[in-house]
Amino acid sequence: QYVPVKGDHVIGIVTAKAGDVFKLDVGGSEQASLSYLAFEGATKRNRPNVQVGDLIYGQFLVANKDMEPEMVCIDSSGRSSGMGIIGQDGFLFKVSLGLIRKLLAPKCEIIQELSQLYPFELVLGMNGRIWVKAKTVQQTLIVVNILEACEYMTAEQRKQALAKLSGK
Amino acid sequence: MAGEVKTKLSKNLLRMKFMQRGLDSQTKKQLEEEEKKIISEEHWYLDLPDLKEKESFIIEERSFMPCEDLLYGRMSFKGFNPEIEVPFKCSGLRCKEEEIEVDDKMEADVSDEEMARRYETLVGTIGKKFLRKRDQRVLQDEDEDGNSNTRPSKKAKKKFLKPQD
Repeated sequence: QYVPVKGDHVIGIVTAKAGDVFKLDVGGSEQASLSYLAFEGATKRNRPNVQVGDLIYGQFLVANKDMEPEMVCIDSSGRSSGMGIIGQDGFLFKVSLGLIRKLLAPKCEIIQELSQLYPFELVLGMNGRIWVKAKTVQQTLIVVNILEACEYMTAEQRKQALAKLSGK
Repeated sequence: MAGEVKTKLSKNLLRMKFMQRGLDSQTKKQLEEEEKKIISEEHWYLDLPDLKEKESFIIEERSFMPCEDLLYGRMSFKGFNPEIEVPFKCSGLRCKEEEIEVDDKMEADVSDEEMARRYETLVGTIGKKFLRKRDQRVLQDEDEDGNSNTRPSKKAKKKFLKPQD
């Protein structure tokens, strides 16, 4: 179970649109709120194009046990720095929080080895959600399977699996 | 009879603001201090020794990011999404630690060759100082001979050449 923490980058799913505020499901006990002004270049007239069911990568502005968590897609200097609506296509799946921490470690072999295979895009949320997008559906699914299995495979098994794939 | 008895005003009345406007500053201060004393006597306080606030050496950190120096979560590999790959180059591929080369060479103000040249002449000039008189005369003759050789050639050069018709 994920506990929202201030400053954490997470992937949220838009569940509701209540006027000026979006409700996001973050995988915690409560839904997080996201204001439409918390995007780069957003003004009252220039609203971001967010629909129910969209994926959003943002960070927590407020996250304590007394208040509803609040998210923003903008950093302190006003730039998006990679946050915002995650594009079309791709695949979202859940893994354990420990694996995310492992993957985000400075020298992660899994990510290094995967990056050698083929071009793809990866978004890791601290709430245990990963979003993958590759050129074909097959490639996407391969990456997903490897990441999911990484939790229980040893380094050798992983290298074997990757060698098979790169051999194909 | 009217001048003998003065009506005594109560203390509370005297403490009121409109009565104090006419007073001197000194008497005002005295009155304030008296008031403070009265208040402090009635004021309740704990008769315990001062407890020092213990400085806690434990800092609570709820996020994992600073603990393990985690990377940014959005990554792109092999140029799939250039918008992410270019600004966040280090997220996809690990940054190789660049070794900082330390320059041990100190840049000298004067090069070694110059130093050697100057030193040569220096030795000669200082050596002349300590020569005996006889040796000094020998040196002078040598100099003159050297000069006389060069003079006629200089004079030859200085002559004016008439323009030939």
